[in-house]
Amino acid sequence: MLLSESLGLSALLFTLGVVGVLVRRNAIVIFMCIELMLNAVNLTLVALSRQLGFDGQVFVFFVMTVAAAEAAVGLAIIIALYRHRDTVDLEHINLLRG
Amino acid sequence: MSPLAGTLAERVGLLILLPFLGFLLNGALAFLKPKAKGVVTAIGVGSVALSFALAAGIFGVMVGAHAEHPFVKALWTWMPVGNLDLSFALQVDNLSIVMALVVTGVGSLIHIFSVGYMHEDPGYARYFAYLNLFIAFMLTLVLGASFPVLFIGWEGVGLCSYLLIGFWFTDQAKAEAGLKAFLVNRIGDAGFLIAMFLLWRHLGTLTFVGVNEAAPRELAFASGTVTAIALLLFLGCAGKSAQIPLYTWLPDAMAGPTPVSALIHAATMVTAGVFLVARAGVLFAMSPVAQMVVAGVGALTALFAASIGLKQWDIKKVLAYSTVSQLGYMFVGVGTGAYAAGIFHLTTHAFFKALLFLGSGSVIHAMHAAYHHTHNTKDAQDMRNMGGLRQLMPTTFRTMWIAWLAIAGIFPLAGFFSKDEILLSAFARGAHDPFWYLVWLVGVAAALLTAYYMTRLMLYTFEGGNRTGDHERPHLHESPAVMTVPLIVLAVLTVAGGMINLPGFLPGGGWLHHWLEPVTQPAVIASGSETHASFGFEIGLMVLALAIAVFGIWYAYRTLTPRLATAAEPVEEKGFARLVAEKYRVDEIYDTFVVRPVVWISRNVLWKGVDVGAIDSAGVNGSAVIARTLGWIGTRLQTGVVGTYVFLFVLGALAVLGALIR
Repeated sequence: MLLSESLGLSALLFTLGVVGVLVRRNAIVIFMCIELMLNAVNLTLVALSRQLGFDGQVFVFFVMTVAAAEAAVGLAIIIALYRHRDTVDLEHINLLRG
Repeated sequence: MSPLAGTLAERVGLLILLPFLGFLLNGALAFLKPKAKGVVTAIGVGSVALSFALAAGIFGVMVGAHAEHPFVKALWTWMPVGNLDLSFALQVDNLSIVMALVVTGVGSLIHIFSVGYMHEDPGYARYFAYLNLFIAFMLTLVLGASFPVLFIGWEGVGLCSYLLIGFWFTDQAKAEAGLKAFLVNRIGDAGFLIAMFLLWRHLGTLTFVGVNEAAPRELAFASGTVTAIALLLFLGCAGKSAQIPLYTWLPDAMAGPTPVSALIHAATMVTAGVFLVARAGVLFAMSPVAQMVVAGVGALTALFAASIGLKQWDIKKVLAYSTVSQLGYMFVGVGTGAYAAGIFHLTTHAFFKALLFLGSGSVIHAMHAAYHHTHNTKDAQDMRNMGGLRQLMPTTFRTMWIAWLAIAGIFPLAGFFSKDEILLSAFARGAHDPFWYLVWLVGVAAALLTAYYMTRLMLYTFEGGNRTGDHERPHLHESPAVMTVPLIVLAVLTVAGGMINLPGFLPGGGWLHHWLEPVTQPAVIASGSETHASFGFEIGLMVLALAIAVFGIWYAYRTLTPRLATAAEPVEEKGFARLVAEKYRVDEIYDTFVVRPVVWISRNVLWKGVDVGAIDSAGVNGSAVIARTLGWIGTRLQTGVVGTYVFLFVLGALAVLGALIR
């Protein structure tokens, strides 16, 4: 069984995603890291569905669909941001500072 | 079942309602049609006159009914709170009807006089509205069947007093005089309120009938509680009736129109304290200490105020100090336990002092008109500007002459009998305790001073040459009939007023004494003793009092007549005479030791310390600072850096996760 290996890989990918979101400043890279986290979760679901039935796989399809929509909306926001501020560096985007 | 049930006494509420309606109508007219003087006069005088007629009718019923117990008419339930079930009830008994007759009778005459006195005043309608309101509250005071109902009237007349002293409120000094009267009375009223609380705590009732019945049962004779209650009540009386130490407001109250001084500050309102002591007679009778305080303060005030009256030049100020002094006599009477004598003097004083004030009002009216005519700014109330008015104002002179003899205590005018009876009661009680001889002696000394200062007033006003001024003299005229007729009626009452309570040894004597017996009897029983002077003593004291009065008048004539010609010249007073002329500087002493410290404490401690320091900075600004600090901490979280948000978000997610796993 590759279950423990799959889950280990999934955890590694998820951690990579989280660390990427935390340490990077470029909005697009952060965005990609979020996708990475989503797919890490997908991997977990697929791996576990081998033992627990197909529910997990169905869930993965939903996640992918939502992720696709999210990617469209997210990229659109980043483009709009770039047009306004000429940057996608989140350090410089701090209009909501209290 | 009271014999008064179902009679005219059932309509006692109307007695108050009539002048109150007069107040409402005249008050409305003061706003809508202040020029409609005819209507205002009809309402103002008519409502009080009708009230008097009704009071006389009830009195007539009572003479026939011989009611031994008070007739209480409950109008509506006022305060049903817990055990306190207080109704707005009026009490018709032999004391309250006498007071109601005095208030409405003298009140009617003064209303009529005011028609002439205030005729040119732009505030005519407002004046009559206030005056009617005063009568309504005064009747509430005397007719109330419980302490709280009496207190409504008590505060109400205080309000009217304030409004009428400051009637010409554009004059700063007059407005302040009104304020002073109001504030000084607050001190006394606080005592009255605390006394009511104590009564409620210890007796559980506040009606006069209930207190009279419960006090001898629940409270021990001469106990600390009953003494405290009586003394606190007396503090209220000292404020309202201008006794030491709270008398200073009354001389200043003369800033109001003269008929107001006659009605409120001589005949009726200021006697409310005497009435209250008589009303609560059982409480005072149970505390010999309180009785001594009442009579002692009364005697002291009588002498003290009379001595100040010796040196005043303002005709109304002389009468004001005279009023304070005579009120002292009344307190000697009720303090001695001779309630009938106190009420008797109250009644006769209402007649002759109202007459004196209205007479002085007539003089001031003439003087003011003369000075107004020639645009002279001299003081129309200063006796140094008067003199020789005897020929110019004959009716005023003759009526005031009668009042002068009455207040000086000349036989057989009203003042002679009433003052004498008070002194006699005090003397008779001296057999038990020498303290009362002292009270009697002080009273006699005050009687001597009274005779002197009143003679002085008459001499400077009416005798000698006229000092008003050559241009003004032709304009000095006798007042119109609307003012002189009330003077004449009051003069008749002053002559005949003594008849209601002639000395007991004369045929028909002691009528008022017997009339008031149902009211005063519980107090006499509670005091446990009744004193009677022997016949010989009574005659002896009467002759002595008369001799003293005659001596005072003779001495004043002898010393003052030569000075009349030079009265207008300023005189430098020296030594003790100067101290007396400056009213013993009591106002200045109060100013230094009471008013200024209070103002200083208010400004520096209460305002700048407590208000600005504690409430503003700690309370108001402090809460704002706390909110702002918390807000500042909140804003620090809003860095605007997405990384921080995400970091915190991850931390939070980990925390939740950790909590779930555990």
